[in-house]
Amino acid sequence: MTETVSIGKQHDLAQRHLAHHFDTPQQQFDAGKLGMWLFLSTELLLFSGLFCAYAVYRALHPEIFRYAGQYLDMPSGLANTLILLTSGLTMALAVRFAQLGRRIGLVVCLFLTICGGLGFLGLHGYEYFTNYREKLLWGLNYNPSHGPHGQAIAPIRSLTPLTVRSLPGGVGGWASLKALGRQGFIVSHSAIAPAASGPPGIAAGQRHTVRLAPYAQPANVQLFFSIYYLMTGLHSLHVLIGVILMTWLLFRAWRGDFSPRYYTPVDLIGLYWGIVDMIWMFLFPLLYLLH
Amino acid sequence: MTTAAVTTLPARRSQVTDNYLTQDRRLRSWLFTLDHKRIGVLYLATSLLAMLIGGLLAMVIRTQLLVPQGLIFHGHGNAAAYAAYKHYNQIFTLHGIIMVFMVLIPIIPGALGNFVLPLMLGAKDVAFPRLNLMSFWLYVGGAVLAIASTVAGAVDTGWTFYTPFSIHTETYVVVMLLGIFLIGFSSIFTGLNFIVTIHKLRPPGMTWFRMPLFLWGIYATSIIQVAATPVVGVTLVLLCLERIMGIGIFNPALGGNPVLFQDFFWFYSHPAVYIMILPAMGIISEIVPVFSRKHIFGYSFIAMSSLAIALIGFLVWGHHMFVNGQSAELDAIFSFLTFLVAVPSAVKVFNWLATMYKGAIVLDTPMLYALSFLILFTIGGLTGVILGALATNVVLHDTYFVVGHFHLVMMGGTIIGFIGGLHYWWPKMFGRMYNETLARIACVLLFFGIAITFVPQLIVGAEGMPRRYAHYLPMYQPYMVASSIGAYLQLAAFILMTGYLVHSLVRGRKAPMNPWGGGSLEWTTASPPPHDNFAHPPVIGENYDPYDYRHLAYDPKIGGYVPTGIGDTCGAGKYS
Ligand code: HEM
Ligand SMILES: [Cu+2]
Repeated sequence: MTETVSIGKQHDLAQRHLAHHFDTPQQQFDAGKLGMWLFLSTELLLFSGLFCAYAVYRALHPEIFRYAGQYLDMPSGLANTLILLTSGLTMALAVRFAQLGRRIGLVVCLFLTICGGLGFLGLHGYEYFTNYREKLLWGLNYNPSHGPHGQAIAPIRSLTPLTVRSLPGGVGGWASLKALGRQGFIVSHSAIAPAASGPPGIAAGQRHTVRLAPYAQPANVQLFFSIYYLMTGLHSLHVLIGVILMTWLLFRAWRGDFSPRYYTPVDLIGLYWGIVDMIWMFLFPLLYLLH
Repeated sequence: MTTAAVTTLPARRSQVTDNYLTQDRRLRSWLFTLDHKRIGVLYLATSLLAMLIGGLLAMVIRTQLLVPQGLIFHGHGNAAAYAAYKHYNQIFTLHGIIMVFMVLIPIIPGALGNFVLPLMLGAKDVAFPRLNLMSFWLYVGGAVLAIASTVAGAVDTGWTFYTPFSIHTETYVVVMLLGIFLIGFSSIFTGLNFIVTIHKLRPPGMTWFRMPLFLWGIYATSIIQVAATPVVGVTLVLLCLERIMGIGIFNPALGGNPVLFQDFFWFYSHPAVYIMILPAMGIISEIVPVFSRKHIFGYSFIAMSSLAIALIGFLVWGHHMFVNGQSAELDAIFSFLTFLVAVPSAVKVFNWLATMYKGAIVLDTPMLYALSFLILFTIGGLTGVILGALATNVVLHDTYFVVGHFHLVMMGGTIIGFIGGLHYWWPKMFGRMYNETLARIACVLLFFGIAITFVPQLIVGAEGMPRRYAHYLPMYQPYMVASSIGAYLQLAAFILMTGYLVHSLVRGRKAPMNPWGGGSLEWTTASPPPHDNFAHPPVIGENYDPYDYRHLAYDPKIGGYVPTGIGDTCGAGKYS
């Protein structure tokens, strides 16, 4: 079930949307597209402030990020990633259908994309809600009753008692070092010149000592949650705006406003949605995976 | 035989009866206009109003500082003094915010840029007229919010909003920030609009390197506006959330880092000083060749130095943070880059001088402003280099030397450039001439006013007087009084200017199409231009060169320049 618009009518449509200060519809389309790209670059810059804050705090306080990241619900984040990826696909298809003048295809794809956006918001909203119940919040509101794995919360980080372990060098040592990292904080390990073979820092055939502190809550965990809410909140706001814009597109597409000669809004909002998707593809690993 | 550079026919009769000002006189046709020329005029009116408010606040500041203990705000006992000085803080904060965000940043792109950009390009309008109108209203909305915050509880943080004080002060910081946020978006949209216009709306024949240099200045400015403003946007939002929700990113009490705020703020606000100065430099690049009757010297150097300033300008923000614990390595890098950014500015200055060299200089008002710019901006820029050197910065940071520096570049650079441009394009905008003698007097007054106000500030600063103080040691009084007298001179100049400009609007002699003999396209249409800018779309010939004046001759009958038509030597070789 496809609908194509006759060439004559297409031409009318294109002319009707041509503003007086452009010479050709193509010039107008190009201008719109360049404008949208510039706008999207400002969006990226808006997020870049937050990415920068993330990088700075991560560099200054890695322990906060390693600790707090474990609170987040990875499967739900992963599900959201898949949802957004799919909606990116349906949006791209929508643009294609608009170019081809296939109205039903366009309408269906827009509808699916909207569903994706709403699904994302729903799942994310649920995640916010559980975080809220557990008081995993920003600033002074941060007050969870238990640690990331359900354990009791140790008092604010203290470096004692330290366990001192002696590890073999080489690849085996590397593996046991990583294993240790999951049990607690590695406070220091004896400096060893880079090995001829094997991962750097651990010479094969030599033993070295590692000082380990138990997992306790580091100071200022709330900073992680401030950044988490800011980044995901700003992103969710963009998803919401995208959903609203696509609802408007859906309405216009249903009415038959678009044709191969005139589909600028679909194209531009498609670009927007692409950027919104892409930002999430960075947020997900940074917040949920990188402990 | 060469083709005429621009073959726009005068078609004067139809334009005299109908121009962009007269074609629809209803109020709503102004408030909702999509015409870039009218939006330019709206910007002009609003930003001049903002400048008036900011200027009156400056007069309050200078009057306060006439005597060491403060003439207006002072008090006996700690509590009274605290309250009085807090008022002083509020006054200079508001002065700074209004001048930076509502005057210096929007005034040239918003008023003059909007008006002449499409005309110079030979286009009918900017790429997105609706967005343009929205930018204007965002600007007005933001300004209204900012001023409303003042009525509710005037902010006392200084225009820099440094945390943690801006988190704790009980004044209405959030409303103020939202206002500035809106103005920021207005600035982004203006920049975006201009970039797209310059890329996509150049008519055939108008290649990049045939554009007048003002457009290069605006283009470079727009890049900064688009690339830097979002960062301050998110910073201001974070500061709002800091106050509303206590997110703690910038609050040391919650583990946050106040220096991060400074980094974010200056990452925008240093490039923002180039948002202010680049368009003014563009104006000077137009005025100097026209009034020297000589081709601009080093066109591509001037064009490219604008881009260089825009790009290097992003890498020097750390020079505002030399004494806040930044590492020595960073200090050195930022200092080096600061020196580097002065180079393209100097390139421009030398090119202007070379343009004037052996030119037939006409000392009309716009040219007087251009000369004032050259002197004042150069002093201001060089004091910037002094501040950029690490050893001197440690002594001079947060003293009146910094105040003197940035006022010389902002008043002596941006505002002088703007007013020069206003006088240059005034006949085109309103179709009337102004009284040349009074205008020259005002310019001289303003020049001396600015010099007398800000040069003594450099001296007291070098002698150790800190900035932002409501009172001072008696040893500084002579300089402070001189500075205040300079400020009153500036006030007098502005009053005089208002007088003859208003007179010009009502009574001024009708302006010819090309009163100064400019070679760019805006001088080939009527003054004021018709609604569609050109009666016939300009045809830009192969030899078009906006800085070639040889095909123009002065016609005393109409008091302006006309194309000689015959023996058109355009493109037969450049002067420089
Ligand atoms: C020619 C190159 C310039 C150089 C090398 C330069 C250098 C500097 C330096 C190093 C400072 C920091 C002083 C301190 O706080 O210790 C400074 C402050 C400042 N400059 Fe410049 N500057 C230049 C041009 C400009 C221009 C063109 C403008 C504006 C139109 C400008 C506006 C400002 C402002 C507003 C401040 C003070 C900000 C504040 O602390 O409130 N500068 N400049
Ligand atoms: Cu700076």
